[in-house]
Amino acid sequence: MTPSQPNESRRSHGWMGIHRGHKARPLEWFAEKFIFLVSLSAILMVLLIFLFVAREALPVFFGETNTALVQKPIPPAEMDKHSPAELQAYLDLTPDQFTKMDKATLRDLMAVKVEAQDDIPENFRNDPDAKINTTEWKYLVAPHQWDDYKKPEYIWQPVGQIKKFNIIPLFVGTLKTTLIGLFFAVPLAVGAAIYVSQLARPRVREIVKPVIEMLSGIPSVVVGFFALLVLATVLQTVFHYETRLNAFVAGIALGFAVIPVIFSIAEDALTSVPRTYTQAALALGASRWQTAWQIVLPAALPGVFAATVLGFGRAIGETMIVLMVCSASVMSWSVFDSARSITTTIAAEMAEAVNGGPHYRILFMLGSLLFAATFLSNMAGDFVIHRFKQKLEGKK
Amino acid sequence: MKKFATILAATTLAASAFAGNITVKGSDTLVILAQKWAEVYMGQHPDVKIQVSGGGSGIGLAALQSQTTDLCDASRKAKASEIAGCLKAFGARPTEYKVALDGLSVYVNPENSLKELTVAQVGDIFTGKIKNWKDVGGPDAPITVYSRENSSGTYEFFKEHVLKGKDFAASAQTMPGTAAIVQAVLKDKTSIGYGGAAYGGGSKLLAIKKTDNAPAIEPTEENVLSGTYPIWRHLYVYVNPALDKGEVAAYLNWIRSDDGQKYVKDIGYYPLPKNLRSN
Repeated sequence: MTPSQPNESRRSHGWMGIHRGHKARPLEWFAEKFIFLVSLSAILMVLLIFLFVAREALPVFFGETNTALVQKPIPPAEMDKHSPAELQAYLDLTPDQFTKMDKATLRDLMAVKVEAQDDIPENFRNDPDAKINTTEWKYLVAPHQWDDYKKPEYIWQPVGQIKKFNIIPLFVGTLKTTLIGLFFAVPLAVGAAIYVSQLARPRVREIVKPVIEMLSGIPSVVVGFFALLVLATVLQTVFHYETRLNAFVAGIALGFAVIPVIFSIAEDALTSVPRTYTQAALALGASRWQTAWQIVLPAALPGVFAATVLGFGRAIGETMIVLMVCSASVMSWSVFDSARSITTTIAAEMAEAVNGGPHYRILFMLGSLLFAATFLSNMAGDFVIHRFKQKLEGKK
Repeated sequence: MKKFATILAATTLAASAFAGNITVKGSDTLVILAQKWAEVYMGQHPDVKIQVSGGGSGIGLAALQSQTTDLCDASRKAKASEIAGCLKAFGARPTEYKVALDGLSVYVNPENSLKELTVAQVGDIFTGKIKNWKDVGGPDAPITVYSRENSSGTYEFFKEHVLKGKDFAASAQTMPGTAAIVQAVLKDKTSIGYGGAAYGGGSKLLAIKKTDNAPAIEPTEENVLSGTYPIWRHLYVYVNPALDKGEVAAYLNWIRSDDGQKYVKDIGYYPLPKNLRSN
């Protein structure tokens, strides 16, 4: 945007009579607007996806879903005793569907409702849980003593006569696998980044760096497959735990997927520390190791932290690895027990959930909670990085 | 949105009305068999095109409601909510055809010394009530339970008929397919799993007793066909009655004829006894 020389602009007529430098050419103007629209559409897409997920999940947040097993059906013979509005609500029909439907179909629909009640096995009919709407918040987050269980428990069993939707085991499972993955990946990835950017000879760096980054090109389903067949057996023979497929194996496999993400960002951050820092440290007599550990790493800490946060986002959103390795929704903090992550649950169950039904709504609610979790962690990361930077630059 | 849906429905209806084009969608359990049937039938009737895809019984029934498929394979009966969906979509109940029998076997590792269990014991193992093999006459070792994802028709059948509607143990590992269960059972000496008898390759199939005093029955063809093996189910095809004519009806008849049923055994399921073929 530097103004051109007045003399020159007066002489040249530019393209289509518009002076160069004063105003953009029409083509450039179009290009600019086009790029603006493209970038806007990306933002719009994210917004639309979020709105869609939130809209599908809203009935759960507002408690509009009902999963009570035993409900009193209206016999088809009493159809005329009820007003059309009542019937329409009872049969879950939209006004449009209701007006189009003839009486015989309506009667059939009511008969199906009665049949559904008749189909309930005898032992469930008198079950105290059969009258509960299991999608109320207290059943979603607090333990409940279901019939047949000895104590209040967190249970995720969304398919069956009495559907149990407690989401806590899924959150615990997600955190368990993600944290194990990070504990495994962060030291390895940051260590490798320090080595490659500060200590390695250029020849070694040229080999090691692309090899680690190539890891990110391995499809997660292949990592999952490897973990399922090889890693699980190897780790079990080393650690002698009881369950072959557990959160520990999944976490380590997640680590493989996360290492290249953390490595490449941390390495960038370490490399972009000004050379003057290193030179000054070395000139003062520090060894290369001291320089890397005490000067360069602290200076690059915001970047390393950002790498960890991004790694967290990648790990919490990873689906395939956890899906293949472990997926029992057990409520336990032990790393050698199985775990079921939120993404696994959505991926495995969405296909069979009845469109618009309670299970479907709850899966969408899990999706929106996951979205909120990653959004908040990224926000927190951003905030911390900002504070770090200010501190390092001596502004605070 | 609604307009889009009507256009979509119209185009698919138009596509399926096109001479001899049949789409089949649904159960993963049935998909191999459905493909075999389609292959043979297309060989016999070159003017008919049959497209088969899987996804799960629920997916097939959803597609039947949205009228994006002609036939729907299912490894379980349609639920009331799905029948209601069909009534809302095309004003009629879907017609149900039984097309084959399937015996579900219980797999254990070949090194396990156990040979038989009662249905109640199997149920207790999968609900987590029995946790050690020695409680059912096996070696002293904790039991690792492998189950299917809850989107599977096999899972629902097993839960309803063997577990009597009770919940699977929370610690039951859920696997994405029957083959994955067999794979895991072969790797894990103290494990137990379930699935179609056809998939059991290499693992040990337990004989099942109906009650404590009943004889133990192996999951063989004759035992499933005679109904003495206690864990078996029907496999179904559902169709919109309005489409059940012409080419589609001819295909459905062929599937349930002697000619169609002789391919069932190749895939590992059991042909329908004659008395079950007429609906």
